[in-house]
This record gives sequence, structure tokens and C-alpha cells, in this order.
Amino acid sequence: MKKYTYTEKKDTRSGFGAGLSQLGKENENVVALCADLTGSLKMDAFAKDHPERFIQVGIAEANMMGIAAGLAIGGKIPFTGTFANFSTGRVYDQIRQSIAYSDKNVKICASHAGLTLGEDGATHQILEDIGLMRMLPGMVVINPCDFNQTKAATIAIAKHHGPVYLRFGRPSVPNFTPADQHFEIGKAVLLNEGTDVTIIATGHLVWKAIEAGEQLAAKGISAEIINIHTIKPIDEEAILNSVAKTKCVVTCEEHNRFGGLGDAVAQVIIKNNPVPQEYVAVNDSFGESGTPDQLMTKYGLDTINIVEAAEKVLKRK
Amino acid sequence: MTLLTSVIFAEENIMIMDTVSTIKNMVPQVRRDIVRMVHAVQSGHPGGSLGCTEFLCTLYNGVMNHTPGRWEMDGKNQDVFFLSNGHISPVFYSVLARSGYFPVAELATFRKLSSRLQGHPTTHEGLEGVRMSSGSLGQGLSVSIGVALAKKLNNDKHHVFVLMGDGELQEGQVWEAAMFAAAKNVDNIIATIDVNGQQIDGSTEQVLNTGEWGSKWEAFGWIVLTMNGNDVDAVMKTMQEAKTKSGQGKPVVILMKTEMGNGVDFMMHSHKWHGIAPNDEQLATALAQNQATLGDY
Repeated sequence: MKKYTYTEKKDTRSGFGAGLSQLGKENENVVALCADLTGSLKMDAFAKDHPERFIQVGIAEANMMGIAAGLAIGGKIPFTGTFANFSTGRVYDQIRQSIAYSDKNVKICASHAGLTLGEDGATHQILEDIGLMRMLPGMVVINPCDFNQTKAATIAIAKHHGPVYLRFGRPSVPNFTPADQHFEIGKAVLLNEGTDVTIIATGHLVWKAIEAGEQLAAKGISAEIINIHTIKPIDEEAILNSVAKTKCVVTCEEHNRFGGLGDAVAQVIIKNNPVPQEYVAVNDSFGESGTPDQLMTKYGLDTINIVEAAEKVLKRK
Repeated sequence: MTLLTSVIFAEENIMIMDTVSTIKNMVPQVRRDIVRMVHAVQSGHPGGSLGCTEFLCTLYNGVMNHTPGRWEMDGKNQDVFFLSNGHISPVFYSVLARSGYFPVAELATFRKLSSRLQGHPTTHEGLEGVRMSSGSLGQGLSVSIGVALAKKLNNDKHHVFVLMGDGELQEGQVWEAAMFAAAKNVDNIIATIDVNGQQIDGSTEQVLNTGEWGSKWEAFGWIVLTMNGNDVDAVMKTMQEAKTKSGQGKPVVILMKTEMGNGVDFMMHSHKWHGIAPNDEQLATALAQNQATLGDY
């Protein structure tokens, strides 16, 4: 079993900011739009270095999505930035009609996704965004796991023609993936090989899945850990290869259990190789105020929850 | 004025007169297209389409600098138009076809299965001349602003035109966009509002009496012009005036008074023909009032 380590914790939103900053220098067609959250989205460097390509829209997310679609028509590669809640639910129809149905090359970049937004509470803690975006035809949905991967994903999506939803977050999490990684949209990353249970995680839950794998190993259970940063299109081959070996799966996400990674994986296995599955996800509820760690514990998204889900699914084999 | 400049002005006037007569000749044909298309599938929106016929015929054939035969999505180095009130797709499709964007015969596929001429316009089917999907109201101005910003970044001096309905102004996104365009000096955009005073449930006055629009747009920082949208000469004149007023730091909006159903007498003076199709007898009446000047599709 491979041992993962990290030297520092960093927030994934800063990975986005670093990726956007690099893109700004490399590609003059990249433009960025923000709805009054430049600091929160870490878009400051881009805004400072490329003021002519940074558009401060104000608190008007619907307008931002439309302007982004128009910029894409004019040959630009627009990156919109606001919280995940305001990037999806608030502007669903604008994304649906002006971006997705119109096939516009817009990158919807969403920070503060999920419970780990913390103290601001449920109004801002969207747990439905992956589902909303997955349902849109042609939309790519990506939820990277750490700073380095978010930076790599940000750079990679500029090369993909078509609408993309890039989801990241606020808290500092272990930065363990390589700084020089090649990010391939739709390609899962096998973190650890195992034979007893497959654990597929996305976003902030990936590190917790690694920790769960170590605790399971101590109990004599061999877990295969997969980081599935791209939820759509999902890497069916990686999922099926793994469950063919382990015969059961646990999915882990900072999202409602409806419509997210768990359902995406379930669709793949139901159709091809039905095996028992357990969800580590929010149990169809809104969040609340609290620290990120408190919330992840209260809502069942901790390392221990992954361990327990793995033990449970093993019994169902 | 020298003899030479007199001759040049005279030639320009003749050209404008030719253009205007060409447009006026196109108008009844486009009206025929509209009622025939809607009648054929017994669905669609004839009222607003007929009301905007003079405007769109004039825009595409006397105002916009564009290249229908060499259509590109990005619209670089030409004027572009966005239809925000997508339900008046019949007039949009007819004018696009009659202006050379796609074969006129394709109008016969309107709203039929596997057609590029969807009920509401879409880019999804690759129809030349359509750069955004519209139908869900209130989104066109934002998209147009994005294109206008792209033109500025590309140092492209051409204009972005957009048409909205007056009922559509009830959508909040329009005002987000209006605020933005003025604040950011998006002065290469020329918006037109089809002020026909009608919407699905009744007159705009009955549904949501917002008062007059001019002071609202002025308060948002726009240059406001008005015109009679059912008068080709007035549309030509006002759109040219709008062009001269653009590029001076402010966006331009034209409040265009129209008569819904214009040119088909029984469809006028009512909101009832917003979204219903004529029967065979009504079609015959409508066609009798509009001669086939360019040949039916």
C-alpha cells in the first residue's frame, strides 16, 4: 500500500487562483469574470495582472453567466467565479439556455462548495450542485481534491472546448498530489490498489478516503482507493475494473446523496456489474453553521464514516 | 457643395432609396412566411413576429454590416444581432433566410421534428445566423454585452444589436445587464425594445403596469431613442441615428412602438394572437392582405 504524505495544507480555491493566474499569462483569450468575490475566489492576481481581461460584474450572477456566454461567442475563454451556490442554483436557467444548450465554451468555477464553507450556514452551503450540473447535457463536472490538482484542472479545462463546472472549496486540506501532475479530464486516479473493497472519493473526501484505507489496512482489509476528480464524464473503465476485483464499493462526496458521485457510480455498476454500494454523503438535508471539521463530523463525512461504510458493504458481498 | 460631392450624395440617396424599396418589398413576403409557417404546424407566435417585421427586415438589409454568405459564430469584424425574445422566431427565421443565411425552402421545416428551425431559436442545430438560444426571457441583453466586450477586446469596431420585448423587461436579469452596460461604458451595443404593449395574459398595463420606459433606461445611464417600428423609413433613420450616438461612452436603447400583428388586420389591436395559429380561412385572409413579392417558400 502506497503511503501518502504532505508537507502543507492549502485551500483548493487558491489552486484555482494559481491556475487562473498562469492561464492569464499563457493564453490571451482567457478572460475572468467575478460577482463581487474576487478575494474569496483568489482571482486577485489575475485581476491585477490582466485588468483589461478581468470583468467585475457586481452582485449579478445571472448577468455574469450571460456575459460569459457572449464572450465565448466572441472567441474568448471565460472563467466565471463565485460561490458554488451562486454558480449553479441561482443561475440554473442562464447556464441551461445561454451556456449549455447554446454550447458555449464557458468555465463555471465555483468555490465554497459543500459543508466546509462553514459558519455562513446552509444558505451558502450548496450540496446539490454536482447533481444540478451533471444533469445538463454536455456539461463536464470536475471536483479536484487538493491545491495542486485544482491548479492542474484549471489549466486543463481551458484546453477543453465546451462548458465545464469546476468545483472547489474554502478550507485548507492536505496538498498531496504532485505539483507537476498531468490532469486528464475524465480519467480517474488510482491512489492505492486493493482487493477487498473499492473506495471512490471526490474533492475533499479523497484525503479522508486515503486515511480510511490506512485504518482499514490496520484491520486487515485491503481497500482500493480511487480519486475520481471528474464526475462527468465518469471513468467507467476505472470503476468497473476495480469492482470486478473487489465486488463492492463505497462512494464518498461532500454532497447530498441524491444526484452526486454516488449516483453516477451507481449508474455505471447497475448497468454493467451490480455490486453492493454504500454512500458516504449528506443524508438529504441542508447544512448549518459550524466549523468545517464539526460539520463534516456531524453530517457523517469523516474518515470514520468511510471506514464504517466499507465494513458495512463488505458484509453485503 | 461641389458638383462631385453633389453627385456622390445623389448616388447615396438613390442607394438608400433602393435599399428602402427593397426592404419595403420584402416586408409583405416575410409576413406571408410568418403566417404560413405558423399555420402549417398550428403553433408558434405570429403577433409579435408581425409587429417586428419592418424592424428586422430593415435591420438586416439596411442597417447591419454583415456577411450572410460567410457566416461565422464569432461574428468578428461584422455587426451581429441577438434575438432575446426568442418566441418571435418566425420573423427571425424568415428574415435570416430572405437575407441569405440559409435556404428559404427550409422555412417549411419550422417546428417540425429534426428541424434546425426549432420553436425557439437554438445554436444546437447549427442554423446559420443564430448565435445563442433564446426563449427563456431576459437573457439576451447579457449575452449581447458579452459579445460587445469581446469586440472591444478584439478591437473590432462593429455593433451588437439586440431585440427584447416590453413584457420581457419584467425579467430582473435585464436590469442587471442594463446596470452593467452603463457602468462599464459598453457603448457598442444598440438595444431595441419592442413596445407593443401586449403579453400573454393581456396588455402590459394590465399584467404589470410599469409606467413609461424611457425615464427608467435614462436613469440607468442609457441613451434613449424612440421610433415607430412599423415604419421602414423611421426605422432606417433612427437606427442610423443610434449608430452615430454609439461609441460615446453610453449604451443606446431604442423604444420601438409597434402594433402586434401588424399587417394582418384581424391580428392587430389585441394580445390574443401572441401565441396562436390562424386556421385555413384566417390564413387565406392574412395572405390576401400581403402579396407574394419574392415568391413563397
